[in-house]
Formats: sequence, structure tokens, C-alpha cells
Amino acid sequence: MKQLVILSGKGGTGKTSIAAALSQLASESERSMSIVLADADVDAANLELILSPSNTRKEDFWGGQIAEIDQRRCAQCGECMQVCRFDAIHAADDGFAINPIACEGCAACFYVCPSEAISLKEQVAGAWFHSDSLYGPLFHAALYPAQENSGKLVTRIKQHAKLQALDNGCDLMIVDGPPGVGCPVISAVSGADLALIVAEPSKAGVHDMRRILETTDHFSVPSVVCINKTDLSAEGSAEIESYCQEAGIAMVGTIPFDVDIPRAMSQGQTIITFQPDGSASRALRDMWQRIVALLRGSDE
Amino acid sequence: MILTIASGKGGTGKTTVATSLALAIADLSPLYLDCDVEAPNAHIFLNPELNQFQTVNLPIPAVDESRCEGCARCAEVCQYHAIVVIGGKVLVFPELCHGCGSCTLQCPEGAIEEIPYKTGSLEAGLAKNEIRFARGTLDIGQPMAVPIIRALQDWNPFGELEPVIRDAPPGVSCPVVETMSGADFVLLVTEPTPFGLHDLHLAVQLAGELGLPVGVVLNRDGIGDQRVDDYCQTAGIPILMRIPFDDQIGRAVAGGKTLVEAFPEYLPRFRGLYISINDLLHERKSRRQHYEESVPISKSDEMSGR
Repeated sequence: MKQLVILSGKGGTGKTSIAAALSQLASESERSMSIVLADADVDAANLELILSPSNTRKEDFWGGQIAEIDQRRCAQCGECMQVCRFDAIHAADDGFAINPIACEGCAACFYVCPSEAISLKEQVAGAWFHSDSLYGPLFHAALYPAQENSGKLVTRIKQHAKLQALDNGCDLMIVDGPPGVGCPVISAVSGADLALIVAEPSKAGVHDMRRILETTDHFSVPSVVCINKTDLSAEGSAEIESYCQEAGIAMVGTIPFDVDIPRAMSQGQTIITFQPDGSASRALRDMWQRIVALLRGSDE
Repeated sequence: MILTIASGKGGTGKTTVATSLALAIADLSPLYLDCDVEAPNAHIFLNPELNQFQTVNLPIPAVDESRCEGCARCAEVCQYHAIVVIGGKVLVFPELCHGCGSCTLQCPEGAIEEIPYKTGSLEAGLAKNEIRFARGTLDIGQPMAVPIIRALQDWNPFGELEPVIRDAPPGVSCPVVETMSGADFVLLVTEPTPFGLHDLHLAVQLAGELGLPVGVVLNRDGIGDQRVDDYCQTAGIPILMRIPFDDQIGRAVAGGKTLVEAFPEYLPRFRGLYISINDLLHERKSRRQHYEESVPISKSDEMSGR
């Protein structure tokens, strides 16, 4: 079983639209692959908007803890406020109060409180879901707004997706990654056989592509690049190509800007379903062939 | 005024809006903070001359082995599994450490001191039209963006602070919380697609949790459908500006130009955007004042109500 993660650094380059299209191509092409999908963009999950999930089962995500003060026991010594480095404890009219949003659950206050007035309460920080979808089992999640531990939630859904893939004897797990290069991205990259970087040929897109390639390199995950919205800038596309050539990174596709992509999204469809013979769909099919060859090749 | 420009969904045009807004109010000498420390891009558009630098370090534990008795109290109190004790030897995993200092406080032998561990950097300098510019950058391979954003917001290398424009990262988790906290207003940039709507909704919820007023800039207007408009109307969220879907805008921005430089007719519109936010804030404040004068409100009640 192989793991393909789709990343970009910059947001909005088309990761999710491409993930959805590739999952359809995987299940429909001649030598079809059985796949499992994981949407690792847990703070803004969008894959479900295209893949028509059904039969959804929901589980709570217990994502860390926050401190609570029992005012009846509190002796008002203020030790807790002194040790808190996250500025989460403040003196209030009737004792000390904890700001649950600032609290990082480090428990420093719990250990120093001489009156045992502080406890740590586990928080439901979100939910994760296991659904059937058009192209295979989909694992997705919703981190509740203002919650922490997005990396932990990504790891959670990836673990469950992997178990399902192993149970079903699937060929491939496709992980739709989050933007950025930090904690949830690191969790999304972990264990991947191949990273597909979706680069946008803008100045900002090129800058962020470099950062995500440095990140995948740091974690020793082989990467390939595709250019999305290639006609946005010929100069930017050329810059991406020459950067990849110099760095020895394979280019697997160039996808033209196609107004049908947002239209397909508005219909809740992949571009492959919406406009099967359009320019973007053809480019995606070519790209899929190259990715399959790379994934199969890495077996040998 | 401290204004956070956020979105939920990535790539909707946060930086496009934030940089043009900064240029439109350049006479007020705004402080521009690029808080998207994982993928900072505003410098591409504002060309700052970066000449002030600072590293961001987390205080991580270093164990004095001559004093350590191997009791593993440090590992027991660490909530982030950043310390493991094997065979009486303490191993620290710096990338898991939050720098809370609890291990140092709890070590019965006083064997732990804290040493700086670099996770990112800050840079500042004057940008186009004398805009005061600062950005943070998370080091590659480091997971935690929040300490970099916090350090950036606390840094203030230019003296006088306001007005501040904070360019937020995408999403709605802790880095965005940090970028919204302490702001006066959150401007949400979205696009009229199902992804844009879904993530706008989450960002509105987050701003609500933080008790912050919001307004929307609808970018690429015309590309998708009517649902963002309908949502904003139902939820009573003002759409303060619309930027039409236009190939030429996309190409100009891709080439590193700001909207107001490529299309100067946007300059008065962004100026107007700033004024309407100011007006909204004043109205909100006077409504609040009016109420507070009539009813005494205890500060602590207000805190626990959050």
C-alpha cells in the first residue's frame, strides 16, 4: 500500500480539486487502484464537499486539556499566574480566572498550586468522520474553531485511514494536505511514499513551493511537482520548471487555468465528471499516468 | 486600530487585500505584520528593506547530568511527551517542547536549566511608501507557528504601534487564533465558491468565539455562485468590498504587483474600505458605551461569560 500526500505551501493552489480528481481517476482508469482518502486539512476540510460522503460515522476527538480552577479551594496565592508562560491566568474580581483559549494545557499551574485547586479537563477539540464516498472510504475531520492539536488530529485520521486500507487490501492512500509547512503539514507528510506539490506560477506560489520542497526534503519524502493554473504567468511557470530541473525534482504535469474548475466545485463535482474532455481533465489524466508509474516504480 | 485579515480557506486573496489596504493608508504609516509565518508572501508585494533582525527561541530544558538523579519527574510532568527518561538518562525532544518551564520548576534536584532553541526568525524594515513592515518565518521542520506569531506581535521594532494590519495564515486553528487575538476587527477575504463559503463560516465562528466584529471582502466575485452573498445577508455580516473575477487582476498579482498599483482606481476603494471599518468600530463602541453607562457590568462576569 502506497501513500501519496498532496501539498502546496501556499493555500488555494488547488490541492483539494486535484485530490478529488485523482481519486476519481484512480478508481476509474483501466488498471484501477483501490484507494482510501484522508482529508488532512482538518481546520478547513473541503474534500467532503466534492466526494458526496454518505453513511458517515462520527467520533469525538479528545484533543488535549485545559486547566480549571476550583474557586472554593483556591487560596488566592497567585502562584499559578506567576508560572503560566502563556498569559492564560488573570486576576479577576473573585479570584483567578483561566482563559481557555490561551491555555496550552502544560499543567505547570496544576503542579505548583499548593491548595490542589487546579485540575486539567480533557477537551473535545473536534470530531473525525469515517464515510463512504464516490471513490473510496473517506476519513475527514473538523477541528472546532479556536482549538489546538491539529497535527494530532491529522495523525488520528491518517492512522484510521491506514488501518482501513490495510483491512481492505487497498493499493493507495491519498492524503489531501493542509497549507503551510508547520505542525499539521508535518503530520500529513509523515509516512508518505510520495508528495505531489501543487505549485501556482505566481511569485508567492513559487516562494511557498520552495518552502514546502525544503520541508519534504527535511523529512526525506520524495517529491514531484505539478503546476496548476499554468497560464496565470508564463514567467512563473518557467521559474518553477527551471527550479525543479536544477533541484532534480520531476515535473509530472501542467494544468491550465480552467473556469470550469470552480464551476465543477459549485456543482459539487470533480472536474473530471463536470467536463471530462476539457483541457484541465486531459492534463490531469496525463499526470495521473505519470504518478502511477512513479508509485509502481518505487516498488522495484 | 488593529486589523486582522484572515480567510479560513487559503489562496482567497488575504495578502492581496492586506497589501493594497496598507498602501491605501500609507499616509497613516501603518505597521504591516506578515503573520503567515509558514508561508510568508507579503514582502514580495511591499519590497521592504529588511534591516532589523531577531531570532525566536523557545526555552527548552537542558539537564545537568552531574546533579540529575534520574527520578523522571520531568518526564512525568511534561504534557507534550518532550522528555523521556531511559536507564536514568534524560532525553529531550526539542520539537515537541512548548517551553512551558514546568520540568524546570518540578525537578527536585534543580538539575534543569533552560537553553534557547531557535525555531524561527523575525525581520523588519521600511517598505514601499514608508510602510512599516515586519514578518516572522518559521524554520523548516519546526511544527509550532504560534510562538513565532506571538513574538512578532510583541516585537514592535518601530516604536508607535497603530494602525496595525495583521496578515493571517489560512485555517482556523491556533496560528489564526493568535493572529486574531487582541485585534479590533477581523476582515475576512473569501471567494463565492462552496470551499470559500464553508471556510468563511468557520472563520466567522472563530471570530465569534473571540468576541471580534467581522466584515467580508468578496474576491473573484462572479466566479461561483450566490451562496456566500446569501449567507452574509442571513448572518448579518457586512460585505465591505467586492473584487470582480478578472484574468488581468490574477495575472498582475501573480507577477508580484499589488492590486492598487496595477489598477490605481482601487486606491480610493481601499481607502473607503478602511474608513468603513473605522465607522463600524465607532458605531459598535458607542452602542456599547451607551449600554454600559446604563447598566453596571462587572469585569469578571464578562470574562467568565466568554
